[in-house]
Amino acid sequence: MNLNAEVFFTVLMAVALVRMLRKFLDLPTRLPRLNQALTWIWVPGVLLFLTDRVLGWKSDQLDEAYLLLVLLVTAGLLGLLRAYRPARTLLLGLLPFILFSTLELLLSSTRLLQDYDEAFDTSKGFSFIWLFTSVFIARSQKRHLEKERLEREEEEKAKQLIAAQNAELERLVAERTAILTQQAEELRDALTELKTTQNQLIQAEKMASLGELTAGIAHEIQNPLNFVTNFSDVSAELVAELEEEQQNPNRDPQLEAELLGDLKQNLLKITHHGQRAASIVRGMLEHSRASTGERQPTNLNLLADEYLRLAYHGLRAKDKTFNATLSTHFDPNLGTVEAVSQDLGRVLLNLFTNAFYAVQKRKELNQPGYVPTVTVRTRALPDGEVEVRVCDNGTGIPQAVVEKIFQPFFTTKPTGEGTGLGLSLSYDIVTKGHGGTLTVETTEGSGTEFSITLPA
Amino acid sequence: MKILVVDDETDVRTLFEQRFRREIRNGQFSFSFAYSGEEALRYLHEHASEVVLILSDINMPGMSGLELLKRIKQEYAAPPPPSPQVMMITAYGDADSRAEALQLGANDFLTKPVDFTALKDKLLQLATHEN
Repeated sequence: MNLNAEVFFTVLMAVALVRMLRKFLDLPTRLPRLNQALTWIWVPGVLLFLTDRVLGWKSDQLDEAYLLLVLLVTAGLLGLLRAYRPARTLLLGLLPFILFSTLELLLSSTRLLQDYDEAFDTSKGFSFIWLFTSVFIARSQKRHLEKERLEREEEEKAKQLIAAQNAELERLVAERTAILTQQAEELRDALTELKTTQNQLIQAEKMASLGELTAGIAHEIQNPLNFVTNFSDVSAELVAELEEEQQNPNRDPQLEAELLGDLKQNLLKITHHGQRAASIVRGMLEHSRASTGERQPTNLNLLADEYLRLAYHGLRAKDKTFNATLSTHFDPNLGTVEAVSQDLGRVLLNLFTNAFYAVQKRKELNQPGYVPTVTVRTRALPDGEVEVRVCDNGTGIPQAVVEKIFQPFFTTKPTGEGTGLGLSLSYDIVTKGHGGTLTVETTEGSGTEFSITLPA
Repeated sequence: MKILVVDDETDVRTLFEQRFRREIRNGQFSFSFAYSGEEALRYLHEHASEVVLILSDINMPGMSGLELLKRIKQEYAAPPPPSPQVMMITAYGDADSRAEALQLGANDFLTKPVDFTALKDKLLQLATHEN
């Protein structure tokens, strides 16, 4: 019964080895089918044992042969797994051992083994050490690889986390962008609305200044119309007298000539006053119309005179007690300037209206000897520029206020009396519209002078 | 009868001279013209007792017609010489101006456009009254 019992130890060893290998090399995942087959590693051992039993053959080499088989299987297995570094190391460690085991088995029947027993033993010992060292190295390699794998996994996890965070950030950015876009849209809409309102305000300011002028314009039209009527009437009388004279047997040629001369003169006067009225109406229409922005040769003397009268009569119509001396100094050498006359007219109108307002305010102070005076001067400057000065001896502008007068919506007038756009629009018209300058000099309590210069 | 017409419109002169050419020719009326209140006052100072009637526009730059009226009435407050008659002419025929003019001592108040036929009658009436 003792015969070949060693083979059972080897079988047990083989089974243990398979378990170790399974665990170490993670066989169920790497080689699942071979792993299944390895379960049957004990079968050849048991078969060998039974065959021997049946045949009654006893051999020392039986277990060794089985062990060799197991080792070869293991080597084959490791060979299959050579891509895995610990497996390669193990294979390398196992090969010398297998070699010796094979040699030992093959040479067991010869004398060679006994002769070199010591050398063989030593070599075997070395191959054993070699094997263990390899196992040790393989283990450390496996640990190392495991560690690397864990690190990689960590890294992967970190990467995934970052990716998730990135996605979240992208989402937040998209959300914020949408909000900002919407806000920008809203702002753009608001801006458009503001621009529309601004244009409406500008137009309203124009209309307001026109409204202030209505009475002045009416007066200015009424005057020439009266002349047209009166001169027509008187001309009819002259014609009647002429006819009467022609019937007279003693015709007086001198009288007839005089009458004809008067008639001719009257017709010229009628034309003149008719044109004067027409020009005022035209000016009014131009003033109320939106600016075409087209520059045309403009006679500043005429323009200033026309608007000075309009402004004066406009104010007088509102306040009949008001009176001011108008002083005009028009440079006869002033050529025409390229200007948008209706825009420039608004500027002049605004300056005149302000001037009259200032002298009226000062007049209300009842200073003895005060003569409200508004002066307008035109001058051709040596460098070809043209200058218009509008000067009043009114209340003047306090220093704290003078810096703000060109700002939109700034007004010192009570609510309802001024839009606060007059000077700001005037400033834009002169500087942006005509490339000129609009400046102010003022002394509080004694008067203000606005000065427009326009390039020739 | 000497009449001073005060108006800032210079064409008024031509108009009056033609309208009253017969009266001027036969020496019934004689017209002088001033183109501002200040000028009218100067003229009055120089020709103190000659002017019988002043026809003045109200709406003039500088001294207004009402101002002129006030000054005239002040200067001639104590006769002699007797104050000339003052007729105001205005484009604004509103009640306020009329009341103010009359209160200041205007003898009449006419609105533009001037009805010259009516004016002529008034002047002739004055002239006969004067004589």
